[in-house]
Amino acid sequence: MSSIAFPTPDPAILARRDEIIAGLATLLPPECLVTSEDERRAFETDALTAYRRLPLAVALPRNTAEVAAVMAFCHREGVKIVPRGAGTSLAGGAIPQEDAVVIGVSKLNRILSVDYANRTARVEAGVTNLSISDAVMPDGFFYAPDPSSQLACTIAGNIGMNSGGAHCLKYGVTINNILGVKMVLIDGTVVEIGGQALDPAGLDLLGLIVGSEGQLGIVTEATVRLLRLAEGARPVLFGFDSSEAAGECVAAIIGAGIVPVAMEFMDKPAIEICEAFAKAGYPLDVEAMLIVEVEGSEDEMEAQLARICDIARRYGVKVVKESRSATETALIWKGRKSAFGATGRVADYICMDGTVPTSQLPYVLKRTGEIVASYGLRVANVFHAGDGNMHPLILYNVNDPAEQAKAEAAGNDILRLCVDAGGCLTGEHGVGIEKRDLMRHQFSEVDLAQQMRVRAVFDGRWLLNPAKVFPLDGRIAA
Amino acid sequence: MTIVPTNEAEAADAIRAAQSSRRTLSIEGGGTRLAFGRPIQTDDTLSSRGLSGITRYDPAELVFSAWAGTPVAEIEAALDEKGQMLPFEPMDHRAIYGTGGAPTIGGIAATGASGPRRIQAGAARDLLLGVRFVNGRGEVVKSGGRVMKNVTGLDLVKVNCGAHGTLGFLTEVTFKVLPKPERTLTLILEDLDDERAVKAMSAALGSPFSVSAAAHLPAGGGGERARTVLRLEHFAESIAYRGRELAKVLGAFGRAHEIEDDESRALWRAIRDVEGLAQPNSDMLWRVSVPPTHAPALLARLKQAGLSFRYMLDWGGGLIWIASAESAAASTAVREALGRDGHATLMRASDGLRASLDVFQPQDAALMKLTAGVKASFDPDGILNPGRMYAGL
Repeated sequence: MSSIAFPTPDPAILARRDEIIAGLATLLPPECLVTSEDERRAFETDALTAYRRLPLAVALPRNTAEVAAVMAFCHREGVKIVPRGAGTSLAGGAIPQEDAVVIGVSKLNRILSVDYANRTARVEAGVTNLSISDAVMPDGFFYAPDPSSQLACTIAGNIGMNSGGAHCLKYGVTINNILGVKMVLIDGTVVEIGGQALDPAGLDLLGLIVGSEGQLGIVTEATVRLLRLAEGARPVLFGFDSSEAAGECVAAIIGAGIVPVAMEFMDKPAIEICEAFAKAGYPLDVEAMLIVEVEGSEDEMEAQLARICDIARRYGVKVVKESRSATETALIWKGRKSAFGATGRVADYICMDGTVPTSQLPYVLKRTGEIVASYGLRVANVFHAGDGNMHPLILYNVNDPAEQAKAEAAGNDILRLCVDAGGCLTGEHGVGIEKRDLMRHQFSEVDLAQQMRVRAVFDGRWLLNPAKVFPLDGRIAA
Repeated sequence: MTIVPTNEAEAADAIRAAQSSRRTLSIEGGGTRLAFGRPIQTDDTLSSRGLSGITRYDPAELVFSAWAGTPVAEIEAALDEKGQMLPFEPMDHRAIYGTGGAPTIGGIAATGASGPRRIQAGAARDLLLGVRFVNGRGEVVKSGGRVMKNVTGLDLVKVNCGAHGTLGFLTEVTFKVLPKPERTLTLILEDLDDERAVKAMSAALGSPFSVSAAAHLPAGGGGERARTVLRLEHFAESIAYRGRELAKVLGAFGRAHEIEDDESRALWRAIRDVEGLAQPNSDMLWRVSVPPTHAPALLARLKQAGLSFRYMLDWGGGLIWIASAESAAASTAVREALGRDGHATLMRASDGLRASLDVFQPQDAALMKLTAGVKASFDPDGILNPGRMYAGL
């Protein structure tokens, strides 16, 4: 029994499965087409594992021309398409449906060129986020957005969800770090949008595409901005006796004119889970912890940290622990970035992603705890405090349908709370299927209709990732 | 007739009425950049000047919202009081258009007016967190919000930023702001040619010292020397160190001298507003975006084509401003020199010239089809600033 609905598969398409696969087989070599049930199982879900559907077939094209050929074929045949990067979506953005062909971009995984003088790189969309930074780090550069899944997630998926990460407080999210894309439209037309220039030629179509959750086209290449690494980076850990004090400290740091590179928050349950896993040296005798990172030369970091520590003391900080080595720094971040994985060892969880104005953090944290407790469940909070992007992890047992229903109900209550506090349903994970039915809480019918009209310009028949983002009823086609 | 709604509902009523009677509307804010885009003739004008005032400002959240018709000066004064600023350093177009009046925050959003700090802090569209607007159906639509991270639904914020009022009449905008830097310091290198200047700027922007602006002002006819200028903005305790380190990075390009604070700010204001090319205002003015290292070759092609022009580079070379005597032939030369390397916008010319050629870079058929589709999805009857960006749209 699950509470997120899937559309009924189109029986006409299911009946034509053999014929559709035969058609795809004329476009792709056998190693690029997944049809057996066993192998299709690998594509039936993403990181929202409580939900799964077996796709009709999976296409794994090797280049833009093959992506275009498959899309043109599906468009002609009226077959739905679900794009897929690495399948790390926490919102079910890559979960297929029975009458859809999955197009995975994992074979488009080359870095095509690196241009340090212009500070850009051209990559195929299936490269992993981290592999870009890995390639340019020896020369002192990096690609800024750093979602926790960066080891596995692809740039295609990052573009789909406009992914962020811990360091986007200073460096921005995906849209702020992408200059151009090559994209295949639903009918197989290939377009180049943007390029290496810093502004659009006409309407900012790139601004529409990034974050569109694979509904407008499939991106096959991207031009990303590269940034020069700072001379050094150093996090400091602050432990507080209350979440409220930690939240107020965050607001005070920003209010003092300091924008650190990252400001991450963990509550006691999250600290315990992460410390047990990463042995990062997190304080266990506090109610809340902040990781605040600064960058610059040794002297600059000292000076900035001195200012930040002064502020923390004004808010009654109990534990102050500066990283004293690269190893310590790596451990501190390992603990934070493995938070979701470490939590997964303790219990099943669903991860919320609402964003709230930072002044609302203490209130929303308190209410989050009350809401989850009212369902008889536990919550761990680990999130990007500097930009108000919360990640309550609601712990439950996936094998207990009643508990799953409670966890989802608690999650929905928390997201409504975020919207009511002046925020939004999702800061960086996307709507996917998970938050689709809450869209009317944030948007009016008029707002949604305008979004859907724009969507219809790109995909008038709702063939691309059709069951995502918008409520299943009331859709507007071309 | 000029319609001046004093609230959002009145704006929606006005547009609904215009749609039902098929009357076209020119969208106007402070009227300081009306010559930006193609010249258009409409039945009526819809002004945002009755929608004025900051609606919310939370300094600790680095966010403000304001009605679209709010003068930029009012916003900058409010931010200044709290030691904050618009990070993208919006260009004031009054110098190049020779206009009076007060630029509005809505006009900045509608034209996507970003200045020198764009290379470091992002463009207007990167800092614009939320909009409310009335579409061509007379419906009040909101998109985005007032939080920095928001991927909820299709993002209609960025596509409205720089759409020149062709998709909707902006009523309220929400921007992210940043603390003002405590100190600003500009390093100046002299006598570099375009090639060396762009190399110097690339070296500076590829250094770890957070250069917040990089421009090149070539030698002028009046005997002034070429200046390549690089700006640092930081905490007081950092600025001297960063200045020294950056000067080392630039050692191969000559000995840099420094200007600080007020003097530095005045220089960058002039660069932001393209004051050096503003006169004579009979000259046509082009704004060209390219990959920075391609700028010198483009300029060399223009010289080879025999064009007489003045110019300056911003964004490390990625933004070229070109001024020359107005002519269709010179316009063709600019677009030909550019090739497919980026895009060129005719920022200033007579109505006749701006009506007769593409003010915005022509795009291929597939992109034009998407552009036309997006326009129609917001404004099905084409009543909002029709033809402002593209003929017939």
